[in-house]
Amino acid sequence: MTSAIWSALQSLGEGFAFLGTTAGLQALVMLAVGGALLYLAVVKEVEPLLLLPIGFGCMLVNLPLSELFQEHGMLKVIYDFGIVTELFPLFIFIGIGTMIDFTPMLANPRLLLFGAAGQLGIFLTLGLALLLGFSQREAVCIGVIGACDGPTVIYVASMYSKELLGPLSVAAYSYMALVPVIQPPIMRALTTHKERAVHMPSFKSTVSRPVLLLFPLVATAIVGLVAPKGLPLMGTIMLGNFMKVTGVVPRLVKASENEIANISTLFLGLAIGGTMGAEQFLRPQTIMIFALGLVAIIVDTAGGVLFGKLWYALSGGKINPLLGAAGISAYPMAARLVQNEGLKASRQNHLLMHAVAANTGGQIGSIMAASIMLAILKGLGIV
Amino acid sequence: MDNLTFGFTMLIVGMGGTMLTLWLLTLVIDLLRAFFPPEPAKEKESKP
Repeated sequence: MTSAIWSALQSLGEGFAFLGTTAGLQALVMLAVGGALLYLAVVKEVEPLLLLPIGFGCMLVNLPLSELFQEHGMLKVIYDFGIVTELFPLFIFIGIGTMIDFTPMLANPRLLLFGAAGQLGIFLTLGLALLLGFSQREAVCIGVIGACDGPTVIYVASMYSKELLGPLSVAAYSYMALVPVIQPPIMRALTTHKERAVHMPSFKSTVSRPVLLLFPLVATAIVGLVAPKGLPLMGTIMLGNFMKVTGVVPRLVKASENEIANISTLFLGLAIGGTMGAEQFLRPQTIMIFALGLVAIIVDTAGGVLFGKLWYALSGGKINPLLGAAGISAYPMAARLVQNEGLKASRQNHLLMHAVAANTGGQIGSIMAASIMLAILKGLGIV
Repeated sequence: MDNLTFGFTMLIVGMGGTMLTLWLLTLVIDLLRAFFPPEPAKEKESKP
């Protein structure tokens, strides 16, 4: 009887005993990481939709003797269902598609090219990751942080580098939130006052309904032809957009942008948090991934602005090079930053609609770049 | 494949491919806009 009571009491204290071990100390560090993510989400409101479930998932999995990410554990089941199968990021893409308005970009399709220039960071960061000793597959996943597009990073990482999923996702979402801090100094450093003050012609954003309807189908078909590996990414975002512009399935649109996107975001965050065990996260690679992610976004911005400067020169000063900074996928934050910098240079300089066009181009560009990378990997026989 | 070759292949084909594909998309959009131009705004009927 006494021994039974003692055994029962001992089992209740096992968690505390675990904290005294080396693994327990590592778990404490990870609990602090989870707490920091919750602090950022709740107090600073940094990407709370993702960082809150990631932070909570991180705490759940790192509490002593937690079995949530072991076989049949709740987080492992969610992970197997939505991350291993790559379904969650694709569900979120359907929701994003319903929320994007491609009209400004369709009215000024040339601005789509900024969306290509804004992907330079992906490819240069990939090279840096290789130099730092990451494998080719890992380097691809790290480079994709430069897409500034969380679901794309998660999709690619879940295909080729599941063990880096936690740090990659946290880095991607953290830097997306830091775009307002990272971009403006680069925009100002690379442009002159005269260039920033360039006024763009008035913006006509009228597009006929057939163009709005055909664009998602054509974009999907082009990716299908050029880089079929990326078809799930482009296909889902364009499905969402197509449903929206048709106007005939309002219930599906509402479900996609609310219930489906929200449920997927919650479970995606929890599952990513579940991958943040001490053994996977407390490694030198994590610090390198965060550093490379920062480099990726800096190079993206610089690449876009430099491309804008080239266009400015070729057009005889008619294009404001600041628009290049909007060629990333952080929508609509990057467009707003361009508008702010333009207004600082000249009070009558309204660049918002042009920047929104370049910004939606950045969304398409990031998916296209990721799709092409996947196609090259397949072509080279690496996957 | 060695890392140097892989990195340069990714940079050249990846960046070039992205630029080329988006340029192709701009041409297709131009074509769509040419076939389906925006309808002119209807004038509001003035009340007698």
